[in-house]
Amino acid sequence: MADKVITIREALSAALREEMQRDERVFIMGEEVGVWGGTYAVTRGFIDEFGEKRVRDTPISEMVIAGAAVGAAMAGLRPIAEIMTINFAFLALDAIVNHAAKVRYMFNGQFTVPLVIRTTTGGGKQLGATHSHAPEVIFAHFPGLYVGVPGTAYDAKGMLKASIRDDNPVLFVEHSTMLQRRAAVPEDPDFVLPIGKSDVKRRGKDVTIVTYGKGLEWSMTAADTLSKDGIEAEIVDLRWLRPLDLEPVFESFKKTNRCVVVEESLPMFNIGAEVAAQIQQEMFDYMDAPVKRVSAMDIPLPYSREIELMALPSAEKVVAAVKELV
Amino acid sequence: MARQPNKETLLDWYRQMVLIRRFEERCAELYQQGLIGGFLHLYIGPEATGVGAVAALREQDHVITAYRDHGIALARGLDVNRVMAEMLGKRTGVSGGKGGSMHLADRDLHMWGGYGIVGGHLPLAAGIALAAKYQGKDEVVVALMGDGSTNIGYFHESLNLSAVWDLPVVWLVENNQYGMGTAVGRASGAVEIVNKANAYCCGADGHGMLQGPRVDGMDVMAVYDAISEAAEHARKYGPVLVESLTYRLEGHSMGDPQRYRTKEEVESFQTKGPIGRFRALLSDKYKGVESALDRIDEEALKAVDDAVEFAKNSPDPTYDDLVSHVYVD
Ligand SMILES: Cc1ncc(C[n+]2csc(CCOP(=O)(O)OP(=O)(O)O)c2C)c(N)n1
Ligand SMILES: [Mg+2]
Repeated sequence: MADKVITIREALSAALREEMQRDERVFIMGEEVGVWGGTYAVTRGFIDEFGEKRVRDTPISEMVIAGAAVGAAMAGLRPIAEIMTINFAFLALDAIVNHAAKVRYMFNGQFTVPLVIRTTTGGGKQLGATHSHAPEVIFAHFPGLYVGVPGTAYDAKGMLKASIRDDNPVLFVEHSTMLQRRAAVPEDPDFVLPIGKSDVKRRGKDVTIVTYGKGLEWSMTAADTLSKDGIEAEIVDLRWLRPLDLEPVFESFKKTNRCVVVEESLPMFNIGAEVAAQIQQEMFDYMDAPVKRVSAMDIPLPYSREIELMALPSAEKVVAAVKELV
Repeated sequence: MARQPNKETLLDWYRQMVLIRRFEERCAELYQQGLIGGFLHLYIGPEATGVGAVAALREQDHVITAYRDHGIALARGLDVNRVMAEMLGKRTGVSGGKGGSMHLADRDLHMWGGYGIVGGHLPLAAGIALAAKYQGKDEVVVALMGDGSTNIGYFHESLNLSAVWDLPVVWLVENNQYGMGTAVGRASGAVEIVNKANAYCCGADGHGMLQGPRVDGMDVMAVYDAISEAAEHARKYGPVLVESLTYRLEGHSMGDPQRYRTKEEVESFQTKGPIGRFRALLSDKYKGVESALDRIDEEALKAVDDAVEFAKNSPDPTYDDLVSHVYVD
């Protein structure tokens, strides 16, 4: 089957539709997933196609959306629970961290939790401090859970399908400003990508940029600019924050000896901190410079356009960070 | 109408209640000796609620509860040796020594666990019920919880969802009058907890939460009848909220100084304990049953002795156990 150029939104819809057609046990539950068609229109038309049994509108109850999905998964279904945006996942933190991620371990393997929690992340839309978080790193802190953050339509489809087929709980995080991005995506219903594999999105020899999600976009733009100045960046898209696959980062670093980590997280205790620590641990002999981090500023995001953008990472900030290193 | 239990069944309920009591007393000793660690919440006092409720279920039905779970686990038929081994953190324990006292489960017996986060298991119960309904199975979930947990968000979200989706759940509140040291009246706007069902009743077509009875939780027969009826309703129509009035005769957990209640209050409940009361009822009902009851008493003690032996002689978990089952491989 051929590839087709589609948006991330379409890729997500296709992944959901194909997996629901493939497996009766897969169903969707969440706020506005049915009649409304999904707040981001990812599940538009699904309620007509699959019916109310499999496309279930819920009350505005994040704790029970996540918790009931855990119970349903333990009891043999394969729920896809939607939390409208990751900002609201804070209300479901206990169900995600204590139950989705832990019931298997705590009861010594008696239970399996084949669950996907889909949600959107990110700032940059003037939604103010409460609605602009990009906190996926918080969830990646906990063993028992996988955290995937696709940056392209290709990855969105392959990673989501993999998440639905996997028997472990996955927090699947989509960036709300990237849903219109296009890429060629396989139409083959058995196209799935492996869980926990990073991907080199651009080859280069001068610096390693480690990123994921929206960071991929800033980094790719930055790389084009840098290339005009004769600096070739290699870009490793982590895709998964857990399992975290740093092998391609280490391979790249052996060649470039320099690294910049780009992410929308807040600057303290973020992915950059983890990557820097691991590079220092594993690649000490290859280091020519300290690892640099580009992230959001250490403040709540404001409403007003100019200062919101000021607080977020950008391609320009990535360019500047790289130029300090090479 | 509930099936009327015959003599054999009633003696079995007695056996379960005595087993739980002896088991819990022994756990307290083992805790003092340092053989049980962590938190230990005893089920001394509410035995009739656990035993009566579980007795009302069919094999394919489901049970889930909070951290005060030993009694429920034993009533559901979990192996007493393996439950005791879990208390001692042994690899032969029902949760491999990784769950401890608060986290007892047996998938095969549809005992979905004890849970340490107050109210955290309530949405899971809704999800288990959803799975049953989705798959067209004729099964109900009994979700036990404390009075204190009816003030947490999980309770309201879970009851509401069960009402909206007509889920086959019997929500069973074990009202033992306190959440740790806070009396119900100091923590709950509705002092008759069962009234909280009204908030989720009734939709236009009559669906929603049924307000069940406030039942005497010290009377195993009454609990059995109430839960049998509630389960029948849940199977046919949807969720029910039942409140069982009970009392814990020991502290909240080990080392509770119990400043929130008087000795006299505790003593007044001791004389109304569920086991003595049931024993009297059985003696009344069946002439000459005492010798059988005495035998049950002895056997319970022996079963607990044997369980402690089994647990003590069991191996500790290993490094492989430590790192296994974080994920499905
Ligand atoms: C979310 C949460 N908050 C607080 C606690 C601490 N805690 C454990 S048991 C308990 C009291 C619960 O009372 P109740 O629900 O009535 O159950 P009981 O212990 O009386 O059986 C509290 C506050 C907890 N485990 N979880
Ligand atoms: Mg209580």
